[in-house]
Formats: sequence, structure tokens, C-alpha cells
Amino acid sequence: MGFIWFWLVALMIVAYVVLDGFDIGVGILHPFLARTEEERQISVRTIGPVWDGNEVWLIAAGGTLFFAFPLLYASAFSGFYLALMIVLWLLIMRALGIELRMHMEIRVWRAFFDGVFFISSLLLAVLYGAALANVIRGVPLGEDGYFFLPLWTNWRIGPEPGILDWYTVIGGVLALVALALHGALYLAVKTEANLQLRARSAAMYLSVALLGLTVVSLPATIAARRDGLDNYWAHPLAFVVPALVFGALVGIMVFSRKQDDRKAFACSCMYLAMMLVGAAVALYPRLLPSSSDSANDITIQKALSGPHTLHVGLVWWAFGMALAIMYFVIVYRMFRGKVSLEHGGYGH
Amino acid sequence: MTALLLHRIHFGFTITYHYLFPQLTVGLALLIVVLKSIALRNQDERYNQAARFWARIFAINFLLGVVTGIPMEFQFGTNWSQFARVTGGVIGQPLAMEGVFSFFLESAFLGLFLFGERRLSPLAHWASAFLVFLGSWISGYFIIVSNAWMQHPVAYRVLPNGQYEVTSFWGLLTNPWALIQYAHNMSGAVITGAFAMCAVGAFYVLEDRFSESGKIFLRVGVVAGVIACIAQIFPTGDMQGKYMAKHQSAAVAAMEGLFHTERGAGIVLLGQPNEQKQTIDNPLVVNDVLSFLIYGTPKAVVEGLDRVPRDQWPEPLPLLYYAYHIMAGLGTYFALLMAVAAFLLWRGKLFATRWALWPLMLSFPLPYIANTAGWMTAEIGRQPWVVYGLIRTSAGYSKNVSAGNGLFTLLGFMGMYSALSILFVILVYHIIANGPERAASAQVAEPFTVA
Repeated sequence: MGFIWFWLVALMIVAYVVLDGFDIGVGILHPFLARTEEERQISVRTIGPVWDGNEVWLIAAGGTLFFAFPLLYASAFSGFYLALMIVLWLLIMRALGIELRMHMEIRVWRAFFDGVFFISSLLLAVLYGAALANVIRGVPLGEDGYFFLPLWTNWRIGPEPGILDWYTVIGGVLALVALALHGALYLAVKTEANLQLRARSAAMYLSVALLGLTVVSLPATIAARRDGLDNYWAHPLAFVVPALVFGALVGIMVFSRKQDDRKAFACSCMYLAMMLVGAAVALYPRLLPSSSDSANDITIQKALSGPHTLHVGLVWWAFGMALAIMYFVIVYRMFRGKVSLEHGGYGH
Repeated sequence: MTALLLHRIHFGFTITYHYLFPQLTVGLALLIVVLKSIALRNQDERYNQAARFWARIFAINFLLGVVTGIPMEFQFGTNWSQFARVTGGVIGQPLAMEGVFSFFLESAFLGLFLFGERRLSPLAHWASAFLVFLGSWISGYFIIVSNAWMQHPVAYRVLPNGQYEVTSFWGLLTNPWALIQYAHNMSGAVITGAFAMCAVGAFYVLEDRFSESGKIFLRVGVVAGVIACIAQIFPTGDMQGKYMAKHQSAAVAAMEGLFHTERGAGIVLLGQPNEQKQTIDNPLVVNDVLSFLIYGTPKAVVEGLDRVPRDQWPEPLPLLYYAYHIMAGLGTYFALLMAVAAFLLWRGKLFATRWALWPLMLSFPLPYIANTAGWMTAEIGRQPWVVYGLIRTSAGYSKNVSAGNGLFTLLGFMGMYSALSILFVILVYHIIANGPERAASAQVAEPFTVA
């Protein structure tokens, strides 16, 4: 049961990052790529009908975590208190930035909401990356299963780490570049003409930067967690996952050079998914490792809910997911194709 | 300020602010389906126009409901981690189900409803409005199930590690408390929606601008309003009160300001509770009514706070007392106003009766106050427990989050929500000032992108 729910929650987080990732990426890039008002409207409209649904994956994953692993939910959410609250504020600002620009016919307000959308998307990407890096590095868990991290201390990985240190900052920058690239490839798929050309060239630069950062992140992770590769040595087959990470990166570069935007975007989805799966493989069966005493690690076994809860949960979860996937198919089909202004918003 | 108090205010403030938006979403979702149904049935374009107008307000309101709602799901873990840790197996379940069954549905079909009108057939567009309505009403049920378990825990057992677990999933979902509370709460939300619709309608008719649309709003708003206002008192409010008297007698005694157990207890209409002297100052009391309301007979014995150990009194007690009285008083006013308006509508005189249109226009903020006061009654009435009779509130908050950090984020939310309020008022006022006819043409020129 623990094994199943660990991977179901991981799957939901992957879905969230892959889906909301591209609209965060659009937010990071649109001030640079969309230069006219018309182009800005188009770039926001590429995500207009879908971003809200994408974000629901975060809510659904949070709720699933809450009932499947209550201890992890309670410990991590209170321990990362400050970072999480900032994430919540950024999510609020980002939603307003996306939606309200269209309701304002005054140029100053539009520029303001564009700025809000940009800054909140950028900081969200950095914080998500830092969050994942925190989970990999571990936190100073007490015997009662709780901890509290300040935003930063001395930027070092030591007995008193902060949410931000050199390692988690690398994670944040990596997420920023990865999601920006994801957004660039999405824009290339969904737009035409100048916007598409600029998105493609941004993707070229970003993919080179991402390759460099991904390479750097490996020794950094081993420095931050010496036992980080233990699961991989125990099950060498798992090395398929990092191989797929690099394969996806190569795919992004090859397909974007060939201007096959759809395949490049698919490779970017694969890259994000495999990075997360790679982290999950390294963690298993831990959910949140301790940075000092491994006896205090929050493991699946410690955090798992009661058996009845989990059995019933599996039934409605499977049913609910089938429905959710059906809705996504309907919406993405409805709004498929390139976005332009002439055809009333969503061209075919 | 202690960390416990700060965490209580943190959750209380953010949930109170949040619920300003869903109550209108829930009420309007139903009324928009009514408008779309009339349009579809009678092939009446005016009702479609009315639905488009309310969809614009709905979109902004929905957006604010979404962004202020996300923090709620996280705050169980951030601010109430000890509570979340032991009850996640129970209340985490309906909360996760809300995301999976309701939010995916709403987010998908709101997009189709808002910009799919020209691309969908009339029936398909009606269906998308209906699915948005369904999503918001399902969402309400899961939230109520979570809250009802905290008010009246059922179908659970305690595991060896101290965690609570559901023993019957069906039992959790059909908690009698949840069914009653859901009916009372949803009818309250329809009141908010009906009053909003009536207010805009009365404004247009009084102003003599867009008065054709205004009359449609008044017709639909008054009919929905009178039904919901009556249902709010009887049967839903009546059932809720009786069920509470049975299972939370301390809360009922505190709400009514009944310090001493009485045979033939009177109902306090006005007065200020005095906790030290355990009396009501300046009381205005109607004899025997409380006994009658709870037990159906004027001479029944109603338990007062003297039967409750002092450390189990709800606190802050005066706030509970006032919240309940404000809710009940406003509820009575709503029913009277809507009954008069419905009578005038039936006689065909409403649109010319200015003395009825003025209160209809001005009363729209009051259902927000009444719904907030109702929730305060429920939540303060549950004190000092976070799960009634099982877990004290003082044992539920996050001990690892200091008062300083709690205050920091509380102030942050207050600042951010102040800005949201200003934006919301500007945007909605803009839509109302432009009127329904403008809304229709503007949408053709500029399909807005709320999804």
C-alpha cells in the first residue's frame, strides 16, 4: 500500500510540474519574447483556458498527501512554513496577473499585471526547485517528526541549514531554466510568426544552459547527500532514469534544431518527469530524510495512513483520475492548434 | 499574543475572507443555470444576455475564490500540523476528493462556459453551465463533510499511533450533521446570490438604465430569494438548532446566552452577555420560546452553561453570542423583505414600488454578514475543541511555528487581501456600470480569458 501511494503522489506531482510548468515558463519568458501588445495577448491566451486546471493538480496532490501521509504533510508544511506561505502569495499574484490584464483597458494596468505575472512565475520556479532540493538534502528533523527552517542561515549545508543554501539555490536556478525552456517550447508549439521564432531561439540558448546545469547538479547532489546514489547502486536498472534525463535533453536540442516543436516539447515533458522520478527513486522509501540522524527520517512506513483509508482511497482516486483525464482531453482538444487574435482567440 | 491565538486568527481570518467569494459562486452558479434554462426553454435571448452578464461577475468572483482557497488547503499543515497529523486519515480524504472530483470539473467547464458560447450548441453551453454548478455544489459538500466531522465526529477509530482512521467511508459521507449543515449552508449561499441579483436589478430599475435586464434580475432573484430565505429558517435552520442542542448543548447555551438551566427557557432577543455575573445585561426576552423551539413544548428544560464544566465553555463566549444573534436577526429580516417583494412581484407591482426596491438594492452586503456570522457560530461554538470532544484546539496548532512567524504571514495575508478587495470592487463595479448590453458586445470584441 505504501509503495502504491508513494508512486501515486509522485505521479500527481509530475503531472503538476509538467502541466503548470509550461504556463509558469510562459510567464517567465513573455516579457522578453512578446514585444507588442498583440503578442502579449497571444502569449497569455496560449495558457488562458488551461492554467487553472493545471494548478488543480497541486491542490489534488496536496490533498492526497494529506490523507495518505498525514505525518509528512504536517511536518513538511509546518517546517517549510515561510517558503510555503510565499509560494501561496505568489500563486495568488500569478493568477491575478494572468486574468486581470484582460479586464483592464488601461495600458499602465496591463503593464503592471504583466510585471506581476512575470515576477511571480519566476520566483515560483525558483522556489519549486529549491523545495525539491531541500527534500533531497534533508532537514533537521527532531525525534517528534517536526522541524522548522528559516529562509536562510549561512548558505551552507550544515547542522543548521536554511531553506536556501548553495545547493538549493542551484536547484532553484535549474528549475527556473528548465521551466523557462518548457514554456519556450510550448509557445513555439502554440504560436506563429515572430513570436514562434523568438521562442525557438530562446529554447536553443536555454537548452544549452540546462544541459550545463543538469551536469553540475549531479556532483552537487552527491556532495549534499552522500547516500544519494545508494538506491541506484542497489538496483542498477534504475540508472535508466538519469539516462532518460540526458536522452530527453538531447532530444530537445535535436528536435528544436529541426523545428519539430511538438516533439521537442514532448522531450521537455520527459525531462521534467524523469528528473522528478530520479529524485523519487533516490528517496524511496524515505519521504523526507533527516539531515543529521537517519533514525529520524520520515519514511513511508512511519507516515502512512490507516489501511481502511487507503483501500477506500484507491477506489475513488482511480475513478476521479479517470474523470480528470477525460476533462483534460476535452479541454485541450477544444483549444488545440495555434493561437491567434483574428479567429476570436483560439484558431484551428 | 500567544502562538495559539495567532494561529486561530490566521485560519479564522483567511477562511472568513475566502468564504466571501464561494458563497456568491455557489449561489450564482445555480441562478445562472436558471437563466440559461429559461433562455433554452423559451428561446428567449434576453435571458442569455442576462446569463452572460452574470457570467462576467461570476468569473472574477470565481478567480478570487480560487486564489484565496488554495491557502486553506495548505493551512491545515502549516498552522495546524498537530491536528493534521492525527486526523489526516479522516478529513484529508474529503479534502482530496474535493480537488479530484470538483476542482477538475469546475476548471475544465468554466473555460468552456465562458468562451465556448459561439462554438458550442445552446444545449452544450447549457450543459457546461450546469457542470460548473455541479462542481461548485460538490465542492461545498466535501468541505462540509470535513467540517462536520470536526463538529460531530462519526465513523472513526483511533490507531495505536494515535492517528484517527475512518471505519466506514459511507458513514463519514452521510454524517447527519453534514447533511443538515450542507442544506443550511447552501441555502445561505443562494440567499447571497439572490440578493446580489436583486440589488443589481433594483439599481437598474431605479436608475432607469438597462431596466429590461433589471426586471429579469429582480424576477429571478426574488423568486429564488424567497424560497431560499424560508428554507434557511425552516426546515434547515430549525433542524440544525435541534441537532446542535442534542449534541453540542454547551454551544447552544452560549449562543442563546443561557447561563442557568431553566424549565420554560425564554429566548433573548437583545442584550449583552456578562460572563462575570453570568447574566444578560439589558435583556429583551420572550418567555418559553427557546424551550419550544428546541423541544416543541414551552415547558421543557433547557440545559444552561451551569451544566458545562467551566474549562469546556466555548470561547470567546460573547462573540459566539453576538454572531448567532446577528445571523438569526438578519435571517428574519431577509425572509420578511423577500416575502414582501415576492408578494409585490406576484401582484405585478414590484417594479414600480420604490420603497421595496431601495431595500432590495441596499441589502446585498447583509447576506455576507449573515453567512459569516453563521460560520462563526459554528466554529466558535465548537470551541474549546478542534474535534468536538476529542482534540482540544490548544493541542492542534503547529508548535514549531513561532508566534512571530505566524504574525508575519498573518500581516502578509491582510495586506494582500486588502489589495484584492480593492481590485474586486473596481472590477465588479466596472461590469455593473457598463451594463448587460455592453457586456454582450464587449465579449465579442474581446473574449476574456478567465478559465
